[in-house]
Amino acid sequence: MATVIERTETEVVTPRPSSTAPLLRRPKSTEGFWGWITTIDHKRIGILYGVTAFIFFLAGGIEALLVRTQLAQPDNHFLTADTYNQLFTMHGTTMIFLVVMPLSAAFFNYFTPIMIGAGDVAFPRLNSFSYWTFLLGGLVLYSSFLFGGAPNGGWFAYPPNTGIAFSPGHGLDYYVMGLIITGIASTVGAVNFITTILNLRAPGMTLMRMPIFVWMTLVANFLLLFALPVITIAVVLLFFDRNFGTNFFNPAAGGEPLLWQHLFWLFGHPEVYILILPAMGMVSEILPVFSRKPLFGYPVMVFSGIAIGFMGWGVWAHHMFSAGLGPVAVSAFSITTMFIAVPTGVKIFNWLGTMWGGSLRFTTAALFAIGFIAMFTIGGLSGVTHAVSPHDRQQTDTYYIVAHFHYVLFGGSLFGIMGAVYYWYPKIFGRMLNEKIGKWHFWTWIIGFNMTFGPMHFIGLQGQPRRTYTYPKALGLGTWNLIATIGAYIIAISVLIFIGNVIYTKLRGPLAPPDPWDARTLEWSIPSPPPPYNFEQVPVVHSVDDWWHRKYTEDENGRLVRIPEAEMAAAAERHAAEEHAADAAHSEPHMPSPSFYPLVASAGLPIIAYGLIYHVWLVPVVGLLVTLAGLYAWTLEPAVEPPSPDDEAPATRELVAASTPALGTGAGDAPAAADATATDDTSTTEEGA
Amino acid sequence: MSTPRSSRSHTVRVAIGVAVAVIASAALYLWAEGGKTFPQDALDPQGAVARTEDHLWRIVFPITIIVFLLVNALILTIVIKFRRRSDDDAPVQVHGNSKLEIGWTIVPALLLAIVGVFTVATIFKINERASAKDNALFVKVIGHQWWWEFQYPNEKITTANELVIPTGRTVQLEMTSIDVIHSFWPPKLAGKVDVVPGRQNYMQLKADKVDTYWGQCAEFCGLSHANMRLRVISKTPGDFDTWVSQQEQPAAAPTTDAAKAGALLVQQRGCAGCHTINGLEGMNGTVGPNLTHLQSRSVFAGAIFDLNEQNLRRWLKNPPAEKPMMPAQGMGMPNLNLADQDITNIIAYLETLK
Repeated sequence: MATVIERTETEVVTPRPSSTAPLLRRPKSTEGFWGWITTIDHKRIGILYGVTAFIFFLAGGIEALLVRTQLAQPDNHFLTADTYNQLFTMHGTTMIFLVVMPLSAAFFNYFTPIMIGAGDVAFPRLNSFSYWTFLLGGLVLYSSFLFGGAPNGGWFAYPPNTGIAFSPGHGLDYYVMGLIITGIASTVGAVNFITTILNLRAPGMTLMRMPIFVWMTLVANFLLLFALPVITIAVVLLFFDRNFGTNFFNPAAGGEPLLWQHLFWLFGHPEVYILILPAMGMVSEILPVFSRKPLFGYPVMVFSGIAIGFMGWGVWAHHMFSAGLGPVAVSAFSITTMFIAVPTGVKIFNWLGTMWGGSLRFTTAALFAIGFIAMFTIGGLSGVTHAVSPHDRQQTDTYYIVAHFHYVLFGGSLFGIMGAVYYWYPKIFGRMLNEKIGKWHFWTWIIGFNMTFGPMHFIGLQGQPRRTYTYPKALGLGTWNLIATIGAYIIAISVLIFIGNVIYTKLRGPLAPPDPWDARTLEWSIPSPPPPYNFEQVPVVHSVDDWWHRKYTEDENGRLVRIPEAEMAAAAERHAAEEHAADAAHSEPHMPSPSFYPLVASAGLPIIAYGLIYHVWLVPVVGLLVTLAGLYAWTLEPAVEPPSPDDEAPATRELVAASTPALGTGAGDAPAAADATATDDTSTTEEGA
Repeated sequence: MSTPRSSRSHTVRVAIGVAVAVIASAALYLWAEGGKTFPQDALDPQGAVARTEDHLWRIVFPITIIVFLLVNALILTIVIKFRRRSDDDAPVQVHGNSKLEIGWTIVPALLLAIVGVFTVATIFKINERASAKDNALFVKVIGHQWWWEFQYPNEKITTANELVIPTGRTVQLEMTSIDVIHSFWPPKLAGKVDVVPGRQNYMQLKADKVDTYWGQCAEFCGLSHANMRLRVISKTPGDFDTWVSQQEQPAAAPTTDAAKAGALLVQQRGCAGCHTINGLEGMNGTVGPNLTHLQSRSVFAGAIFDLNEQNLRRWLKNPPAEKPMMPAQGMGMPNLNLADQDITNIIAYLETLK
């Protein structure tokens, strides 16, 4: 094509806004490696989040296997004490900050915009910035293994043990920097998702018509927005104590170690709900689909989620029942901790109510969701036993607690997330995961999980404290520990089965139709995988589970009735007309314009971190300049590249539309969409120039 | 197609699965628990405080088991009863049920309120503190990386790793740390209380009978956290008084040549920088355990080794090799590079510290 010469001429005659700050030429291609690096498409960022978090999951899993191998026998010498301390610290920090949070973020990214009928998140480039900042924060944390040792003070990093006097290496400085950088990623992500959910809902999508997963996303992101500043303040104070001679947590100079505990858990307990609420949302989407019934008590599910979000701020000191807070504080926090079980219990019974009387199909996704209810119930009930604080003095800091929070975060969050993977994989990748392998995955997963963490209830109550690299044979706990270690290896096999399923599906998996599960929410109304702009026309929403109600109605007895084909076609036409009218204001579909600048802005952050860790004061200045340069160029770059009249390249939208027969109407809009995403042809010629 | 038969085979499959799971769990339980004793078993209270805490467990644990069984029975019923028999299944579209939902909000709340009343009452009970006029034994507990120091202020005794108490009498502990946060946990006698530098925390103990109770530090305290264990030894009041009067004595002067040489080595090789031996001139360090009556204890080095000649020899040869420590940073005992003969003499002296 003759675009080369034309382009040069245009640029001479009418410079585009972006060329006023030509720090980097704006990427045109959305294909290949650079397409992924510069993407600001929420779906691609969602995939990046998911894949990155899964790789960190493998790292955290290997750490866990090493820990379990050391504990397989009493008085074992497989690992040294120091290595063990680094591994359990990194296991916890990884699984919380680099696995469960970003795995949830992957689904926030991919699905909240689609589920509310939007074309993208509110701030697509900020979204890209979130991802890169998260990745770089994780890499900074992990680079500590190469540079003199990982943090070894536990994920909770209690001073004064984590002060410079007792932890003289740089490991804890890496912990601080890793948490600050990933915290920036989560904070801007929270702003982005809250804005998206509140402002970009399709016409008719009132708050009380939002899918429950979107609701839980909203609550979790509000929690993130308010919780992360607290931990950021705490780690900054710790960094000052360690590096600049302050004494915030140093009792020898009048500091207060318990101040850290209050700050840490004031973040740390809402964090638990940040980790579990999204999974609760996922399960609440999966169960109705495979029960063929609406969610039981949708408003109660919404409000119990919100209630958990609020009450989650009033229970933090239950992590400190043995710290010597005095009977009044301990009583108050015991009571609040008991009552947070109420909205959680309501959710469990409402899920059971959802399935009761339904028509249950035991797909792998459904099995994980049902497994979630059973396992999370155990975690919730052991949580109630902690609320009985006098007995918590026996339980706390033992393996009983390790059992409890793994039943919540693994039996809860990871079961929910795995269910979500099986449920949404066809939508994301356009192929169906293999159900037979999926069942093997589920059963090895749940058996391995219970073998690993079930015995820890006994191990803890019979006297083994957490975070101990060794235990004497005389404690009598060798057999339980061996069973737990075998269970951990079964989980590892289960993860390998899952990876095998993904590979098999990539090679052999059948293509997914748009709505393989006969599901309820808007993402199933568009092709699998969705086109870059998501919706051909902005949908107009009439009820909760709008997509379902376009397929089904109820007879006078409340029984499910499929709408006849002819009637459905007529309704579809009415919808289209209505959507066209609603859409008139913004008939240009959203097309993401790729950008380098979010990556540039986040690339400065690790430079700042390394400079601060090693006290080379010029380096943070350089990092700051990089970030500022990225932000400066970013602000001058238009969010969406304006169309240039000479650009005759065919729109991606047209190509996608042509390849997906379900959406045959895209061609007419092609010129309007021609701005952003060049085809392979154009990018090749550009590179040639 | 969707015959009752396929539905029955589904039920049978679920039933077999549940039976296998139950039998496998029971087998694992018997294998792990059968005939074993658990010296740190928190569910086997042997003193008043632990028993008070245990009472609450005995209230709340059955409740959790009932809820657990209820939820799982419902899941099983649902899985058997409501499985999809045909793709044309048309279940009734129930959107909710206010009465039920209010019910399963209020009933758990009421149950928890009842548990809450017992809980709060117990919280105040276990936070009671003995005053000086009570007939209680007062002991100061001081956490060190990675061993325990016990000071009896009224008796003017200092010992390490083994807390000796009389049976049937309230023991009031006042606890602090000189370095990082530790947590004092003798499970059969009481739940743990953190030992925080710059603060005083309190705990009461009361042992029923004569026994040796195990425990250990429960708050991560750095490199050798796993090796910071402890014993609580309860004696009859008479035996306890004997023990006190014996501990109040200074160390006897060495008599044999080897022991004399050992005492000299202890004085010359810098042991006084950390250790105290009452009665041996210059020996008044406070960083490490008081050794005046070392031989009256059964364990050493954070209660991880039995006190005997062989273990002492290995320990003195190279302490950081026996227990992970960071002497260069002032945490734990350094390797003094003692010659074998010196070690023999030092042990000969240490064996006189009855």
